Amino acid sequence: MEKEAKPRFLTILDVVTVALLIIATYMVFFYAPTEAVMGQVQRVFYFHVAAGWVGMLGFLVAAIAGVAYLRTAKRKWDIAGLSAVEIGMVFALINIVTGAIWARPIWNTWWTWDPRLTTATIMELIYAAYLLLRQGIEDPDRRARFGAVYAIIGFLSVPLTFFSARLFRTIHPVVIGTNQPGAEGAFDMTPLMLQTFLFSLLTFSFIFADLLWHRIRLGRLADKVEQMKLKMAE
Amino acid sequence: MNYLLLQAPAETSNYMIAGYAVIFGVMLLYAISLIVRRRNLEQDVQVLETLGDQEPTA
Repeated sequence: MEKEAKPRFLTILDVVTVALLIIATYMVFFYAPTEAVMGQVQRVFYFHVAAGWVGMLGFLVAAIAGVAYLRTAKRKWDIAGLSAVEIGMVFALINIVTGAIWARPIWNTWWTWDPRLTTATIMELIYAAYLLLRQGIEDPDRRARFGAVYAIIGFLSVPLTFFSARLFRTIHPVVIGTNQPGAEGAFDMTPLMLQTFLFSLLTFSFIFADLLWHRIRLGRLADKVEQMKLKMAE
Repeated sequence: MNYLLLQAPAETSNYMIAGYAVIFGVMLLYAISLIVRRRNLEQDVQVLETLGDQEPTA
């Protein structure tokens, strides 16, 4: 068997992404100042928000791929959608867990059923169900159609999660916009903090693009194996 | 002196370490899972191709 050669640009993207991650990590620990009230735990904020961004970006890409699949019925869009959901789930999980770790010293609890935390958890569970339900459908075309429709409808949970901290009474602070009166743990970003935050967002966007490319290549290979098995079974 | 101590940020280093352990740990595990799954699929393709080659002669 001839192995599919790794594209040269993907190797370059790997290197750039790792370099960005190293720089972002340096900025988080040594460039950004320590927050005056929360102390060191505030540094979790930079990658916590960036992970949340990648999670939502993944679900957005999955919804777009879903629309593209329904319009074209090309399997590449199903593979892209599945890949984006998987990566989105990994980073949404990081976002939720690091949020709980941050909350313990700041809110004095690991978890509270606050609107933002609740909607983020529902969003994660919706996409966990997407992965589980897909596995129960054997026919690849039916599975792809189901995945496309589900990714589009499931995406409704993303804006709901994003705006929950702005629309409902919540203790969760927001980065963009005005905090609710009861928000706990909000802080004013200094220029160095803002630079670190924006650089973290950029870095995680690169991580998303890099992982998505790798995951799509994996999906294509899985598709090849499935087609070979179906052919042999005929 | 007590006043100065009260103004110091809270000691929350352990939570920061835990947070970054989760971030890097989960990302690393996911990257490893991609590598392992790819390797397994490549082996599957190899086996299926071998079986496909043997079929006409059987």
